[in-house]
Amino acid sequence: MNQALLYFGGSAALFLIGLYLVLVKTNLIKIVLGLDLMETAVNLFIVASGYIKDRTAPILNRPDLLAHPSQRAVDPVPHALVLTAIVIGVAVMAMALSIVIRIYEKRQTLDISKLRSLRW
Amino acid sequence: MTRRVLAILLLLILAVALYQALARVPFGTDRMAVSRYYLDHGVQDLGGVNIVTSVVVLYRGFDTLGEVTVLFLAATGLGALLHGLALHDEKRRRTKTPPSLIMRTATRILFPLILLLGAYVFVHGHLTPGGGFPGGVVVALAYLLGFLAHDHWRVNHRAVRWIEGLAGMTYVIIGLLGLYLAGSFLANFLPPGTPGRLFSAGIIPLIYITIGFKVGSEMTGLLSEMKEITE
Repeated sequence: MNQALLYFGGSAALFLIGLYLVLVKTNLIKIVLGLDLMETAVNLFIVASGYIKDRTAPILNRPDLLAHPSQRAVDPVPHALVLTAIVIGVAVMAMALSIVIRIYEKRQTLDISKLRSLRW
Repeated sequence: MTRRVLAILLLLILAVALYQALARVPFGTDRMAVSRYYLDHGVQDLGGVNIVTSVVVLYRGFDTLGEVTVLFLAATGLGALLHGLALHDEKRRRTKTPPSLIMRTATRILFPLILLLGAYVFVHGHLTPGGGFPGGVVVALAYLLGFLAHDHWRVNHRAVRWIEGLAGMTYVIIGLLGLYLAGSFLANFLPPGTPGRLFSAGIIPLIYITIGFKVGSEMTGLLSEMKEITE
């Protein structure tokens, strides 16, 4: 129970902190950071949901692990999923930051409350 | 101010909803389905002791090819967005402190060691935690350190593009060889070998080396493009 609270609660808290940054901050770079925190929270949740009590990482380099792998190792599929998600996250982050750089070049500001040309 | 209060209110509602949802997710229990097959048969089938790597490169290899494509698109998109951009900030340029002697000397010593670590991580992807993606990022970080320590440091953009393209093409060619020799795209056409040895696990090390080169050159290109706009 304690560990569940730590990992699931931690990822939920991280997600909420990220969402708070996105909702409240007006600096574009802080908003991008908030998106990154939310993504990290989801990754943490996926990895934690693949954890199985008293088991080790799915690297079967010992004979005792090789004998009964599916009784000794944790679920490898969430790890593989998160590996993909991290790389996609880096790609998204790079695109978002380059858009922020372009906005700064055009408007000389990073404050979204001053970017009003889409307002109606 | 009202915005902050509304946001906190929304977050509180969301926190309750998340608690309700996550409290129902069992933690630490065995809920494996397809993973059981990967764990029980992965080492005999493919010879790689790192099951995560086997899943990423072979069982879900096509997915990883798509992932590499996404990364390539991001690098290309960044290049398109930032092309021809030059941020001039005269005040910052005048007040900028140059990198210190310690930084420059340490970078000269650390640079080859970090490159070596990156190469180690992606060559041993089928044996230890890590693989092509983290290894490539470590290689790019060596270049980032160089960019920070030496103002005039440049990478040859044409060479970076060539390495990136060649690595991506090698990946696809390995996949097509699998189609030709073993009957399906990205199939393992090399023998599994002795699990736990460097030369084992069929095509996993080959693919991870190409991914390492591709990710390393892509990330280096991204970093150098982002550096050059501020000059």
